[in-house]
Amino acid sequence: MHATHEANAQLQPTLSIRDLTISFRRDGIWTPAVQQISFNISPGEIVALVGESGSGKSVTALSIAGLLDAKVSRVEGEIFLGGQSLLTLPERRMCELRGNKIAMIFQEPMTSLNPVLTIGRQISEVLVKHRGVSEKEALREAERLLEQVRIPDARSRLTQYPHNFSGGMRQRVMIAMALACRPKLLIADEPTTALDVTVQAQILDLIKDLQADGDMAVLFITHDMGVVAQIADRTVVMYRGDIVEEGATPEIFRAPARPYTRALLSAVPVLGSMADEANPRRYPIVDPVTGNPQPAPPGALTVDTRSEPLLVVKNLTARFDVRTGLFGRLSGRVHAVEDVSFDIKVGETLSLVGESGCGKSTTGRSIMRLIEPTAGEIRLDGQDIGSISGAQLRDHRRNIQMIFQDPFASLNPSMRIGSAIMEPMIIHGRVSRTQAHDRAVDLLEIVGLKRETFNRFPHEFSGGQRQRICIARALALEPKLIVADESVSALDVSIKAQIINLMLELQEKLGLAYLFISHDMAVVERVSHRVAVMYLGEIVEIGPRRAIFSNPRHPYTRKLLSAVPVPDPSVRLKSSPQGVTEFKSPIRSVGYKPPVREYVQVGDEHYVLS
Amino acid sequence: MLTYLGRRLIASIFVILMVAIFVFSLLYLTPGDPAAIIAGDQATPEMVARIRQSLKLDEPYLVRFSDWLLQIVQGDLGNSIYTGQPILQQIGLRFGPTLSLMVVSMTLSTLVAIPLGIVAAWKQNSRVDRGLMVFSTLGFSIPVFVVGYLLAYFFGLKLKWLPVQGYAPLSSGLWNWMRHLILPSIALGSAFIGLLARMTRAAMLQVLSQDYVRTAKAKGLGQGEILFRHALKNAAVPITTVVGLGIAGLISGAVVTESVFALPGLGRMTADAILRRDYPVIQSLILLFSLNYLIVNLLVDITYTFFDPRVRY
Repeated sequence: MHATHEANAQLQPTLSIRDLTISFRRDGIWTPAVQQISFNISPGEIVALVGESGSGKSVTALSIAGLLDAKVSRVEGEIFLGGQSLLTLPERRMCELRGNKIAMIFQEPMTSLNPVLTIGRQISEVLVKHRGVSEKEALREAERLLEQVRIPDARSRLTQYPHNFSGGMRQRVMIAMALACRPKLLIADEPTTALDVTVQAQILDLIKDLQADGDMAVLFITHDMGVVAQIADRTVVMYRGDIVEEGATPEIFRAPARPYTRALLSAVPVLGSMADEANPRRYPIVDPVTGNPQPAPPGALTVDTRSEPLLVVKNLTARFDVRTGLFGRLSGRVHAVEDVSFDIKVGETLSLVGESGCGKSTTGRSIMRLIEPTAGEIRLDGQDIGSISGAQLRDHRRNIQMIFQDPFASLNPSMRIGSAIMEPMIIHGRVSRTQAHDRAVDLLEIVGLKRETFNRFPHEFSGGQRQRICIARALALEPKLIVADESVSALDVSIKAQIINLMLELQEKLGLAYLFISHDMAVVERVSHRVAVMYLGEIVEIGPRRAIFSNPRHPYTRKLLSAVPVPDPSVRLKSSPQGVTEFKSPIRSVGYKPPVREYVQVGDEHYVLS
Repeated sequence: MLTYLGRRLIASIFVILMVAIFVFSLLYLTPGDPAAIIAGDQATPEMVARIRQSLKLDEPYLVRFSDWLLQIVQGDLGNSIYTGQPILQQIGLRFGPTLSLMVVSMTLSTLVAIPLGIVAAWKQNSRVDRGLMVFSTLGFSIPVFVVGYLLAYFFGLKLKWLPVQGYAPLSSGLWNWMRHLILPSIALGSAFIGLLARMTRAAMLQVLSQDYVRTAKAKGLGQGEILFRHALKNAAVPITTVVGLGIAGLISGAVVTESVFALPGLGRMTADAILRRDYPVIQSLILLFSLNYLIVNLLVDITYTFFDPRVRY
């Protein structure tokens, strides 16, 4: 493997970028997004382009494929594909290269395929276009490609539409489409970011496998250093439109030369790094300019173990009816949450982990009573909140607040952020306007924003700042419990670390309890006191964080943990022997009676579904 | 799909029933003696008495309504008060011109408007786009009768290219039929062309900003393939919705257009019936137009499944 790379390095690189500068026109002014960057990719090499949002990595990828809107963008410098200069080519010639010599895979498998065309058509049209084969031949080849990306039952899948495919399957289709013409260069723009970890591991596997067969060069764009360590031969680090560091991946991880790279690496959650810690601990923050580390204070004990638990959930069940037919006949039920029990103490963080569709969000919403649970008991501070309504329910909601995943969508764009923070206090009529105003200003400072930002609108803030505003709004009513539903999943690593640190700090100061819903095992290990693993609507394992991570007992917990990419190039995950696995559906027939489940105690407070 | 159709038909029956109740009550919601209102200012007491008797106004409301409904279900819409002839027969005579006008107008409008909208979206913010949008705003801002009279004046009276009055049935020859319909169709469709072009543009722009269009570009597809193969089918659902609404809306335009161009169609019949206070005719026509609306809507909903595989009933 390495020998061939060294030999290839002597040859002409597949992709060569020289002094590339990309500018965008905003309000009549040209602002550079990428400045004077140069790098090469040799045949058969996988190069990772890493950086945070706004670093210019995606823009670089789009400029290689000539996909930037010519009206608002300007690309200068030189891009060579196998010696051919791309920037001087007319659009018609670029069309011949795109999908043929340069192929792309995008981040969002759910939206990157055309919903109204069959899968077969979408793959075959590339072949018809670039290879000039007949529609029939192209479809035969499409079937072979689907088999190559390990989609079972390929022939019958050809006539189906994207909505019949899961996210992981759609990304496989995208890969089949990209590889149809055996491109020289594959550009993969965050191809696994939107996928669950177990699916991510499979897709990374697949890309490596398919690439090993030929001399295709891969430009792999990602913000996830774990993924970089798993897949890339070389790594190029971008920061604010500039390349700050470049080198062989093991070198970059072993001895990062530049402060920014060190900052990026230190912010990466590493599974197992908390094995010796009793309490959740903040991330050490490395200054991206100076590179000086600022060590995190040791985690404090926040859990109140003596008094009664704050929240008690017993046998919570949430099912949704699936209706079909003439009179909306009941044809099945989604068993979204099935017989789930747990409790959370004052000042404690319980994490709910699992893959999309496992019922973790439904559980969180049921506790807020945003969803009416089918059965079960929910007690907060001893009060049964499953049966209350009206004013009582409103009062209850004051005690539990939520922070959502998308800080862009969860703030009203036409409302000043100060008013957004004041609003819950005024709705609950606890304070006067002036008191609410003063409190909102205090909250802004608590979450690390300046008081002058009070009258600004959400679009004036970055994603991380918006999430701080959402936290300030959640704190406005002095809740006892915060349900954080994937609250840091959409954020860049360094921002993620800052928000987690803020949440931990607030827990220490205010004695908050968190129900932390996440699919990111490394973050969960950082923040949790206890962890519950959900699968198909059930908790399969629950226990203290250290026990779950060092001694996972349920096969699903083990699978979940082993799929997390390790940010260490010397520890690459082995190919999963089982190949394609798909998440099962929690939809059952009407008469389905869930089996009575027994939990086995395997350790102190550590239970596993038998 | 079949169960869906069944459900829609049952729902449609209820809608028609509601319309029927409304239509029937129309006459009795107006204050005063309905018979006197129908008869008009110069009516003799005998005329009023005759009308009252023919409408069975002396019987209770519910009895009259059930009688009327039963009659309609059997296909008898009653007789016109003004001419005394069976209404169904009159509708049959007037149906041809209106159907012809609607078909020609709709075909012409969609053939012009959809390509215009696509071009405008493709060349967004260019001069072509702005020009087309000004043109379309003009189209739906100028009232139908103004467009009608202007067309009649220039192409009929000044240039003498096309007739400005009357109708010729299809049996009198395709061209003869067509040339009587061209000006009325343009007049009737002018507003709709503007609306449909704008809606097509908006729907296409929305689709063109989607991720899968970027994927199509990354595959190396040309502009035409992206617009017509990948984008248009996705934009088809909102476009079809507007076309459906347009067909239903043409009826009200037809009332004006047929009056301007003296076409002996249902629109003209409606205008005449209203002027003559011929209530049975008005009631029948409203029922007919509602039925048309329901059928068009059902067809539109069925067309969705053809464009979008995710729509399943």
